Amino acid sequence: MRTSEPGGPARRYRALLGSPFQIVLLLATLAFAGYVGVRLLKGDTFLIVVWFVGAALVHDLVLLPLYSAADRTVTAALGRVRKAAPSARGAGQTGLSGHDPWAGRRLVNFVRVPAFLSLLLLLVWFPLITGRVRRYEPYAGLSSEGFLERWLLVTAALFVCSALCLVTRALLRRRATKGRPSASH
Amino acid sequence: MRGVRFTAALGLVLLIGLTLLFVTGLLSYAAYNPDLASVNDKTPDRGWLGFYLFDWPTHPYWLYRLTQGFHVTVGVALIPVVLAKLWSVIPRFFALPPVTSLAHALERLSLVLLVGGALFEFVTGVLNIQLDYLFPGSFYRLHFYGAWVFFGGFVAHAALKMPKVLRVIRSGELRSGAAEPGAGAVPGAGPDSGPGPGARVGASFADDDLASPAPAAPTVSRRGAFALVGVGSLFMLLTTAGRSIDGPLRRTALLAPHGWENPGDGPNGFQINKTAASVGVRAVDTTDTWRLTVSGPAGDVRLSRAQLLAMAQHTSELPIACVEGWSTSNQSWRGVRLRDLAALAGFPAGPPGVFVESLQPSGAFRSGALRDNQVRDGRSLLALRVNGADLSLDHGFPARIIVPAAPGVLNTKWVAKLTFGAV
Repeated sequence: MRTSEPGGPARRYRALLGSPFQIVLLLATLAFAGYVGVRLLKGDTFLIVVWFVGAALVHDLVLLPLYSAADRTVTAALGRVRKAAPSARGAGQTGLSGHDPWAGRRLVNFVRVPAFLSLLLLLVWFPLITGRVRRYEPYAGLSSEGFLERWLLVTAALFVCSALCLVTRALLRRRATKGRPSASH
Repeated sequence: MRGVRFTAALGLVLLIGLTLLFVTGLLSYAAYNPDLASVNDKTPDRGWLGFYLFDWPTHPYWLYRLTQGFHVTVGVALIPVVLAKLWSVIPRFFALPPVTSLAHALERLSLVLLVGGALFEFVTGVLNIQLDYLFPGSFYRLHFYGAWVFFGGFVAHAALKMPKVLRVIRSGELRSGAAEPGAGAVPGAGPDSGPGPGARVGASFADDDLASPAPAAPTVSRRGAFALVGVGSLFMLLTTAGRSIDGPLRRTALLAPHGWENPGDGPNGFQINKTAASVGVRAVDTTDTWRLTVSGPAGDVRLSRAQLLAMAQHTSELPIACVEGWSTSNQSWRGVRLRDLAALAGFPAGPPGVFVESLQPSGAFRSGALRDNQVRDGRSLLALRVNGADLSLDHGFPARIIVPAAPGVLNTKWVAKLTFGAV
C-alpha cells in the first residue's frame, strides 16, 4: 500500500474535500432538510424562502451593523468627552487612583445597558408598541392602547436608574479622592 | 471581547435552551391530538415527523399550561442569548475565502438552516402571539416545519462544534476567562504581548478565529458582557411571565400580549382568546331557542340549557392555557360531565371520543375532537357556569367544553353539537 507524499495530489485532493465525517453528517442534514422543506415550502414557496433566508440576512446585514454602529458612535463620543476633561487625563496618567485610560470609554455602559433593554422590548413587542395589531382589541377584548406609553415609561425608568448609578458612582469616587493625599504631591 | 470562549458559553446555554423549546413545541403539537381527527391537525402531511405522537393525557391538569407557558416565555427570554450568539460569530459570516473545502461549503449551507431556521422560528412565534399574522401562510405549518428544518441544522452544528466547546470547558477557560475582567477584554494577545493573563489565554486558543485581530479598546469585560446578556434575558423573562398568572402579578407583563390587565372584573373577568363578536357569534343565537344536540347510538337528543342545568352538576377547578403561551389561574367551572352526556348518547360505560361543534360560523377550531381519555376524565365538563356565575358570551355562553390539560382552542365555546363515537 503506497501512502501519498506530503503535499502530493492525494493530500491536496483531501484538503479540497475536508473531513469525510463532516461531509456525511452534513449531507444527512441537508437530505433531512429536503424532506421537511418540501412540506415547509408548500403554499407560497417564494415568500417562505424569502422569510427563511431573509431573516438571517436582515439580521446579519442590517440589524447587527446598525446596532454596532450606534454602539461605536456613542462609545467614541463619550471617549472624546472624557479625554477633553484634563482631570480625567491626569488621573489616568498617574495610575494611582485606580482609573484606567479607558475609563471614559467604559462610561458607554451607562447608556448601553438601558438602551439595550429598551430596544430589546421594542424589537420583541414592536407590533403592539407601534399599534399595528388591529385585531388585538376585538379578538382579546383587551385595550390595544397603552403599549407605547408603557414602553416609553419603562425606557425613561431605565435611563433614570442608569443616571442614578452614574451619580452615585461619581459621589463615591469624589469622597474616595478627598479621603487620601493628592497624587501630585 | 468576541472570542471562542464567549461563543462556547452562549452555545451551551442555547444547546439546552433551544432543545427545550423544540421539545415543548413538539409536545404542543401532540397536545392537539392531531392523529385523532383532521380538524385537530393543521399539518396532515407531516409524514414521519409525527413519529412521536401519543395520546395527550389529562393529568396533571396544568400540563399544557406548564409546557406551553415554558415554550413561549422561555422562548422570549432566550432572544437576547440568540442575538448575542449571532453577534459573537459574525466574523465567520464575512470570512475569506468564503469556502475552503467541500465540507466547509456544506457547513455554510447547513448554517442557513440553523440561523435562518432559528430566526424564522423566533420571528413567526413572536408575531403570532401578538396576533400580527404577517408571515406567509398558516402559523401552525410554518412554525412546525420550520422547527424541524432548524433542528436538523442545530443537531449538525452541535455535533461539529462540540469538540471545540469541550476543549474550552476542559481548559477551564470558560470559568477563569469569565471571572477575569481583563482576560476577556484582551483576546488573542499577539506574540508581542507580555506575560500575563492575556498571553496565557492567547496561547491556549491560538486558533481563535472569532476574536478580533485588532480589538478596539475594551469597554466591557467578558464577565460584563455575560452579565448584559443575562440581565437582558432575565428582564424579558420577568416582563413576560406575568401573562401566565392572574392577580396583581399580571401587571408585571408590561408589554406582553394578554399581560398587564384582564378583560374586566367579576366572575368572567379572565382572559379571552377570541370574543364572540370577533368570530361572528351573536347573542341572539344563544338565547332560549338554543339547543344542544347530543348524538350517538341512542340517536339525537336535544337539550335546552335548563335541562342541562337539571342534570347532575359537577365542579372542576381548571385553567385556560393558550397555545400563545398565556394562561389563567384555575377557574371554578360548573356543568355536566362529558361522560354523563356520553351515557345519554348511548355509551353508559367506557365512552369513546367526541366530536364537538360550535355555533361559531367561521374560523379555525370551530369544531374539535376529544379523545376517549379526555371524555372519561371526571373533570371534563360541558361547563354552564364559571366562578359562581353564568358563562359570559365571550367565555362561551350557553355552554362550553373544559378539559384538563387540553390546549385552549380544544375547549370549544358556544357548543351546539356533541357527537360521541364519531372520532
